[in-house]
Amino acid sequence: MIRFEHVRKSYGDKQVLKGISFHIAEGELAVLIGPSGCGKTTTLKTINRLIEPDEGRVYIGNEDIAQTDPVQLRRSIGYVIQQIGLFPNMNVEQNICVVPHLLKYEKRKMRERAHELLEMVGMPYDEYARKYPHELSGGQQQRIGVLRALAASPPVVLMDEPFGALDPVTRATLQDEVRSLQKKLNKTIVFVTHDMDEALNMADKIIFMDAGEIVQMAPPGEMLEHPASDLIRSFMGKRSIAEQATPQTAADFLRQNVITTYTDARIRESVELMARRNVDTLVVMNRDQTYAGIVSIADIDRLEKGSTMQTVAPLLRQSNPVSYLDEDAHVCFEKLLSGNANYVVVLRRDNTLAGIVTKTSIAKALADAVWGDAV
Amino acid sequence: MTMAMVLDHLLIVVLAVLCTIVVGVPLGICAYRFPLVRKPILWAVEVLQTIPVLALLGIIMVFLGGGKPTVILGLLLYSLLPVVLNTYVGLSEVDPVLKEVSTGMGMTRFNRLRLVELPLAFPLIFTGIRIATVTAIGVAVFAASVGGGGLGGIITRGIKTGNMPQIIGGTLVLMAMAVVFDMGMAWIEKRMKQQHMKRSTPEQQKGMEEI
Repeated sequence: MIRFEHVRKSYGDKQVLKGISFHIAEGELAVLIGPSGCGKTTTLKTINRLIEPDEGRVYIGNEDIAQTDPVQLRRSIGYVIQQIGLFPNMNVEQNICVVPHLLKYEKRKMRERAHELLEMVGMPYDEYARKYPHELSGGQQQRIGVLRALAASPPVVLMDEPFGALDPVTRATLQDEVRSLQKKLNKTIVFVTHDMDEALNMADKIIFMDAGEIVQMAPPGEMLEHPASDLIRSFMGKRSIAEQATPQTAADFLRQNVITTYTDARIRESVELMARRNVDTLVVMNRDQTYAGIVSIADIDRLEKGSTMQTVAPLLRQSNPVSYLDEDAHVCFEKLLSGNANYVVVLRRDNTLAGIVTKTSIAKALADAVWGDAV
Repeated sequence: MTMAMVLDHLLIVVLAVLCTIVVGVPLGICAYRFPLVRKPILWAVEVLQTIPVLALLGIIMVFLGGGKPTVILGLLLYSLLPVVLNTYVGLSEVDPVLKEVSTGMGMTRFNRLRLVELPLAFPLIFTGIRIATVTAIGVAVFAASVGGGGLGGIITRGIKTGNMPQIIGGTLVLMAMAVVFDMGMAWIEKRMKQQHMKRSTPEQQKGMEEI
């Protein structure tokens, strides 16, 4: 659909594009990413001829765009920018219908189009069509920005860091919306960002650029697994490792340094142990290392003075939730969250103790997965 | 002093201002659009305003003779500055992001001017027109000197005959006229700006308020 052949561009001595070539297939969402100044925005603006290359050719379909009328070309390409750039003198409907207006659509057809598009992003026509941009939130404004780009049904849409100025929640919502609109309408989208998460989340194909050259061009999964350079690896941070080790089973959340005792332990020793380690329950094992139950300080306190009880065995409770190492992490969470226990005891399949899962160990494991092991 | 004279004066002012708009706005657009002629245009309209009105009318009279056309042309040249300058400044200060996105969406230069730049610059252009109008009301007094009619005649005659009430009467009517126009247009302008202010960046609000 879009093909670059040895495209070069310089400003003075500075080469911004060093003869890049790539191909983006129809219906594909390609993300251009790289450090600032890598030439990604220049590449994007070459497609709608806001920037003319010094050398090389750019084709859309089979047409060399240098041979087309730039005004007509741009009307057939949607354009969304980071600063949104809605026209403040026009209401929402007029903003959406700018290109249809330039293409001299009939009034009725424009209204239908605005109606249809607004409904598509859940902004009812009757409520929003007459509003002016300043009356909308940032997220709503950029939704209109996206609709404006789609209004004349262009086969190709260019997006230049469209969600860069939005808060993370709104950004995530809009990413999903654009993705689903793109699939539904089968658009070819070229998307510039410097946010690897955004790229991984949205792209069919990631084109990684650095200093005017393409370093790697690959689907997100492949780039994660085989980053072509250290720069790409650092862009992805710890994500590549984390992605492979997505927490799946109870084992991934295990805390192993559990304070334990045995069924034949003396009550006094157990109380001392709890006091020393600052806990209020102990996990109790049989001498063959299998799980017996737990004993809590509350139960010991409840013993009458002068009790003749010697060992903890009679005080054991088996009501604490139990899980197994290979059990689905989700099921394990449910056990922890639904009861009022502070932890889930995790056993091996032979009923020996493996460890426990606490709310803290879950939080830590998730934090590791999200931010890497540094946490 | 008759109603006819007041209306005559108003007619001169309105015609002159309309002509100023017809000439001034395109000149302002040219100054914005073509950097090559920017300096000559801005310089010329500024110089025109430094010429004393009476001298300017006299020079024009040499070519056009006495009468209304001379007065209107004189007023036109004399009022160009605020209209041209405010048009130029207003267009220049439209957010560059909007200019680029307009082009990126497939607007021609003309589309962009008509759909985006002129509407956004309009409040500032209107300020220029208001200033031109109020100035024209006062300056049109000189119309009488070149046979153009209007309220200037009363004042001139009053001065010649030493008729103080006549001078003051004529002056008061002129002042009232200027105040009514100024306040009326300022009100419209304020309404426009309130709407505009909400819609655009604050930088777009400056420009030539008073000269």
